[in-house]
Amino acid sequence: MAETAKEIDRDKLLDIYTRTMKVNRTDEKFRELLMQGKVAVMYYCVRGQELVSAAAMAALEDDDYVVCTYRGQGEQTAKGIPIKKWWGECLGKATGTCKGKGGTMHITDPDTGIMVTTGVVGSGIPIANGLAMASQNNGDGRVTLVSFGDGAANIGGFHEAMNMAQLYKLPVVFLCQNNRYGEHTAFADHTDSPNIGERAAGYGMKGITVDGNDVNQIYPAMEEAVAHARRGKGPVLVEAMCYRMMGHFFGSDFSYMPEEHLAEMKAEDPLPKLRKVMLERQFTEEELDKIVADIDAEIDEAVQHALDAPLPDTDEIYKDVLEETA
Amino acid sequence: MGKITMTQALNLAIDEAMAEDDGVFCLGEDVSAKQGGGVFKVTSGLTEKYGENRIRATPISETAIIGAAVGAALAGQRPIAEIMLMNFVGVCMDQIVNHAAKLRFMSGGQTPCPIVIRTTTGVGVGFGGQHSDMLEAWFAHVAGMHVVTPSNAADARGLMRSAIDANDPVVFIENILCYGLESEDPGEGYRVPLGKAAVAKEGSDISLITYGRTVLDALEVAGEMEKEGVSVEVIDLRTIAPYDEETVLASVNKTGRAITLHEAVRPFGVGAEIAANIQEKCWDKLKGPVRRIGGTFSAVPFASHLEQAWIPQKSDIANQIKASVGKD
Repeated sequence: MAETAKEIDRDKLLDIYTRTMKVNRTDEKFRELLMQGKVAVMYYCVRGQELVSAAAMAALEDDDYVVCTYRGQGEQTAKGIPIKKWWGECLGKATGTCKGKGGTMHITDPDTGIMVTTGVVGSGIPIANGLAMASQNNGDGRVTLVSFGDGAANIGGFHEAMNMAQLYKLPVVFLCQNNRYGEHTAFADHTDSPNIGERAAGYGMKGITVDGNDVNQIYPAMEEAVAHARRGKGPVLVEAMCYRMMGHFFGSDFSYMPEEHLAEMKAEDPLPKLRKVMLERQFTEEELDKIVADIDAEIDEAVQHALDAPLPDTDEIYKDVLEETA
Repeated sequence: MGKITMTQALNLAIDEAMAEDDGVFCLGEDVSAKQGGGVFKVTSGLTEKYGENRIRATPISETAIIGAAVGAALAGQRPIAEIMLMNFVGVCMDQIVNHAAKLRFMSGGQTPCPIVIRTTTGVGVGFGGQHSDMLEAWFAHVAGMHVVTPSNAADARGLMRSAIDANDPVVFIENILCYGLESEDPGEGYRVPLGKAAVAKEGSDISLITYGRTVLDALEVAGEMEKEGVSVEVIDLRTIAPYDEETVLASVNKTGRAITLHEAVRPFGVGAEIAANIQEKCWDKLKGPVRRIGGTFSAVPFASHLEQAWIPQKSDIANQIKASVGKD
């Protein structure tokens, strides 16, 4: 683990907390709706990974690009996607970001920089290079961040993209959220090397493995990685160690997770740890509770809006295939 | 204006598009000046004009090449990505099919993906089983992209400009054996619209529907048939998908007979789709079944005489025409 001593600015800390709780409350609400049978869609839980997404998004500028995966709720909501449109899309409604045609696995909102959400493990990594290449070509100063899991580090596109990004010194940050499982397969059963971060060295790239459950580790690491990329120094691979505290997707069995792993992950839960840091930094219980209550109110309104929203017209199946059919 | 080869035509089209729009750039293996401007010299001389950022020589990484093109397109640029030989698309099909072709639709129209994927192939040069296939049917079967192939230098210039203009992915197939073909230069800014076929030769007895290199065979056989009193109309699709149904159906409604012809293998090919569509829509006008001619259903062989035997034969084209018109 990297040693980072720099204290996070208090406003930034509050920003990270707010983003973290947005991610968490959205996740809780989604699971509640699924449990109640109010919605029935594919959803990939992010419980345990909220802080990594929030810290990463807090390190970016508003107009930076993000590429994420089907387990991308964290990046999407933490980046600031309009949540009525987000819920609309997740529920397959006409009011969704993609008019209900993308769904939970393909959330796209260029206005907030959510450029691609891919349902194919690892496929976002080469695409992130292209967004960064455009920024390098036109000098717009943007950084592209692509988030993926430990499973994605074993697909060919990861290797091709790492090498190419370093070759061209592209302004891209590769964020590997090592949640210890690739779908249903434990890290040790799909990879024999101790971590992913060290692979960066093989490409001549800057790489770091960091505790994603500790805000004082993950945020400074993300901030430094983004700054490095923005300065034109090239890409950075950040491996954030975290836990996926649920199964691969909502409703999937995760009895394969051993007891000791569950205990370890509970002890490392980023939310109580973050709350503790907030209190140490003189935020009050009331302030923090108020933030969560406001988020909940906003989510409740957005969910109701999405539940009430119209379905997309059937004609939509013919639209947006090619420009001629737009 | 003088004559140009297909290689020159493609180079001129790319050059003028790059001069007009800073967002147009090329990437691919060996494309820059250091490597000689591409294995078939299509990007020759462009690095000197536009620099190495806009003529990016890449590692041998097809997935990273197409992925980068997709990302750059989402950011508003117009990448021209080269996949050196068409069989190598097997390495990057996920990026082409799951991403480039679908991002417009899946995003509800927010993220169109204007990329040109240039690729080369062709049977008859002794490249064997993994460097020769025509795989257009793979892409024609996927919604969300155009598939284009020129049969002559003038069309190559015009189709390439239109492909770069297009706001959707275009798979642009170049046949190795066609690079040296010469046409009158149609001049700067020339465009051939996507989705528009050409009647390469008018005729009244039978429609021979084809594209790419086999247009040359079709025209040669059609000329011979003329001497035997059979008038063959040759349709050069130019855009394979979505194809110009109007021109094809109008031709078949006129002649009442049709043969589809391509270098790609026959089963499940583009010809099968077109033949089925003709049967459905021209049934009342048809005087006989629509016939299909395509490559042999095996890997492309190496030995020259085997490779030549693999390709659709001109004699077979002639025989099928005669059989169709009742002269066999």
